[in-house]
Amino acid sequence: MENIVIIGNGVAGVTAARHIRKNSNKRIIIISAETDHFFSRTALMYVYMGHMKFDHIKPYEDWFWEKNRIELLRGYVSKVDHQKKELQIEDARILKYDKLILATGSKPNKFGWPGQDLHGVQGLYSKQDLDLLEINAPNREVCKRAVIVGGGLIGIELAEMLRSRDIPVTFLVRENSFWDIVLPDGESKMLNEHILEHHIDLRLETNLTEILADESGRVKAVITDKGETIECQMVGLTPGVSPNVSFLNDSGIELGRGIKVNRFLETNIKDIYAIGDCAEQNEPIGNRRPIEAVWYTGRMMGETVAQTICGNRTKYKPGHWFNSAKFLDIEYQTYGWVFSTNGRKEYEEHFHWRNSTEKICLTIAFHKETRKFLGINTFGIRLRHEIFDKWLNEGRDVMHVIKYLKDANFDPEFYAAYENEIADKFNLEYGSDIKPEKKNWKRIFAIG
Amino acid sequence: MSTLDKSMALTGQPPAALSRFQKLAVILGLSGLFIVLLAGFNVDFPNKGIWLIISLAAIFIGVFWFTKEAYAQKLKGIKNDGVWFKSISSKGLWAWITGITLTGFYIVLYFFPEYLGLVKNGSNTGIIALFDPLSRLLSGNPASQWFVYGSLYTVAILAFGIKFIWKYRHNRYEMIRTISVMFFQTAFAFIIPEIMARLNGKLPYYDLKNVWPLNYYNFERYRINAFIDSGDIGMAMLIFGILSVFVISPFLTYIYGKRWYCSWVCGCGGLAETAGDSFRQLSDKRLSAWKVERWVVHSVVVFVTLMTTAVIYSYLGNDTSKYWLTKNTFLIGVALILTFVFVLVMVFKREQFQKDALYGAIGYFTIIMALVGFHYFSGDGNVFLFKSETLRKSYGFLIGSIFSGVIGTGFYPIFGNRVWCRFGCPMAAILGFQQRLFSRFRITTNGGQCISCGNCSTYCEMGIDVRAYAQKGENIVRSSCVGCGICSAVCPRGVLKLENGPLKGRIDGNEVLLGNDVDLMTLVNEK
Repeated sequence: MENIVIIGNGVAGVTAARHIRKNSNKRIIIISAETDHFFSRTALMYVYMGHMKFDHIKPYEDWFWEKNRIELLRGYVSKVDHQKKELQIEDARILKYDKLILATGSKPNKFGWPGQDLHGVQGLYSKQDLDLLEINAPNREVCKRAVIVGGGLIGIELAEMLRSRDIPVTFLVRENSFWDIVLPDGESKMLNEHILEHHIDLRLETNLTEILADESGRVKAVITDKGETIECQMVGLTPGVSPNVSFLNDSGIELGRGIKVNRFLETNIKDIYAIGDCAEQNEPIGNRRPIEAVWYTGRMMGETVAQTICGNRTKYKPGHWFNSAKFLDIEYQTYGWVFSTNGRKEYEEHFHWRNSTEKICLTIAFHKETRKFLGINTFGIRLRHEIFDKWLNEGRDVMHVIKYLKDANFDPEFYAAYENEIADKFNLEYGSDIKPEKKNWKRIFAIG
Repeated sequence: MSTLDKSMALTGQPPAALSRFQKLAVILGLSGLFIVLLAGFNVDFPNKGIWLIISLAAIFIGVFWFTKEAYAQKLKGIKNDGVWFKSISSKGLWAWITGITLTGFYIVLYFFPEYLGLVKNGSNTGIIALFDPLSRLLSGNPASQWFVYGSLYTVAILAFGIKFIWKYRHNRYEMIRTISVMFFQTAFAFIIPEIMARLNGKLPYYDLKNVWPLNYYNFERYRINAFIDSGDIGMAMLIFGILSVFVISPFLTYIYGKRWYCSWVCGCGGLAETAGDSFRQLSDKRLSAWKVERWVVHSVVVFVTLMTTAVIYSYLGNDTSKYWLTKNTFLIGVALILTFVFVLVMVFKREQFQKDALYGAIGYFTIIMALVGFHYFSGDGNVFLFKSETLRKSYGFLIGSIFSGVIGTGFYPIFGNRVWCRFGCPMAAILGFQQRLFSRFRITTNGGQCISCGNCSTYCEMGIDVRAYAQKGENIVRSSCVGCGICSAVCPRGVLKLENGPLKGRIDGNEVLLGNDVDLMTLVNEK
């Protein structure tokens, strides 16, 4: 029986295991140094905030693994020997494999700041980071102020977490508006306002220079590039993540920033594959970046590699880009491509609408000349994934999107609807006369 | 793991700690209950009406004040910070104290009403006497233990209903739904029956929104006689009671799912959604709990069907010339209705049935048919194999009192707020059966947006593992879902939506994870 070993029990590795089991009887072993069981990494924040216990963020009950004959092994792989097809598990045994799937995920970035390894300085990625946070910032008496460095998704999550325990937070963001390397200006500005509403001390265009220690080696303050010293008991470093691949340095597996893979998710070594955050695509796929540290892409790669492992060699072909997040109280969804104001493609035009009272807005990107719909961002409005997937497949134009936007609304029943308001603004700006159509079940279900 | 102090919720750090004003609000609310308690120890309050008002007002204002302190200063959005740190909402000490106190109250209420001050053939004392002025105002009669219970129940739904609305003020579905349960409790369960009693003393107490089998006693002899004796209005109520079971409720469930009842109208649901909201996360989500649930709740359905049939049978006559509905016609009628439903399901919905549900249905159906058969072949005086009176009494005791009251509500802080609705309510089971097979309602999963975080499953009061469906891209069509909408509310990624749509595509067992390429989706779904 073929022996499939998967390093990493995150969503990519576990999805691969589940689908290999669905399609075959191969022996499956998942190795993880982090936890005994798979958990939802994106949900770690809710454990600290008291919304859930750690057990709740495990998507499968503990009996699931044995029932599906997926063997779980707790350990840290220190070396891969592809000639002997063996793994060295630190302080333990050697494990043989026939096929190896690397799904080792990411690790938090550190940019060589003075003091970045002091006690009280940490990232937020793993279960261990969560446990550490309970030590560094259990409450506002132990942690009278926290400083977060890095204005991305993890940074704002960490800020929300700490605020849930009433800990004062200073949030250092390099850019001149929150996450404006990804979001168009109107959206980014609305989030700045929302961050301030939550009593987070947001410092835009501010960088960390140095972290200072007290006599016991614990963090006591940070110094910013504006020359300011901010006293704090905890520093969260959240300037993004990079692939967790250093243990492969001398393995013969080709590395870039991540593990180099072709479109079949194969590495340069036969029978070794890489999926999820740690994989780096050799050739670009559409507008996608070569490394995508996103839950959904990890899951898709897991499904794809399982096909290949089970004898049906399959190319990784992700469909239309989509993503979502929640910034404090504001939900965000995106379908297709909407680039930031500065990062816009030369053919890309944006239509932006924001409600006058609520923190609700959207941006639709479309082609300047052809008016072809390229993508949409919404804040505070939920959208139907299937509909946008369909419109992108059909190559609809922006007028179609405005006209049938009600079909795509996915907000709970009785919510205030904004489609008419949105259409009015669009008509005004582009001199059109679009009347939004009522929601229609037949259109919604006319899929595939 | 957590280094937060979990011992007592009233102290400690945010978000588990209470503010100074919240502590005062708790004291105010408890002082209202304390007045009731004092009355229970026969402290004779002069001017009972005023003391009753003071007591109920203190409870109401206490809850209101607490709520204002909790939510008024916060931006609108999900308010679950510290739920698992607070003793009261995470099965801590306060939860056990509350649970045991509530359970004690229910035991006294159901089995020892004399301790509440109920005096047969005389004027009430104690707590019940405290409520006399209000009862006289509404119906003209002195209070009973049920009037006391109904009053406190209504105050709880109103006060905690306001709390719920404040908490979910960003969500109009939750607000409207809560206003609905508050209205139905106050008007239909509390005020209208009392006023009906004042207008027409012969009418049986009838909460019109209670439908058989929830009001399992509705077709008992004394009630039927009372309906008939009170003329047209009585007959209208009886006919409404029958129509509710066979026409109104199936129709509404077809259009909206069982939520039209369970989380918009029902009194049990009303209390669970308002006063019980802090305990929704305690429901058991394990697969094993789901198995137990299906066996227990469907057994209750069989029990109540048998019992009601037996009771009605016992008072019908044999002589067709006196009244068209005789013992025999009635039994044949019951058998026909059951067969009709069974055949309907077997012909149209067989594939949608999971295997064990199918076995269950066949099993139960066989039992009931066999019992009807026994009757015809044995021909003795009992119905089926039982004495109807014994059946009725044991149902009333086991299901009506112990299950729905003592366990169902008393154990809110330990087992969650919908234990009764999930494991015991025969009405919920029947509506659920229909919701699963003949309804437009579903919770739609939004393509591939699920991140398996688990908020939906954790906050599902019915113990449905919502995430198990959502992370596969499947819609959620479960008989137990009461449509409270909280899974959709707590979802951070906008994945879930309660909606009534066409039957086509409602149950989709495929792993449709959008964002993937189409060929892969086809491969993954190959069976």
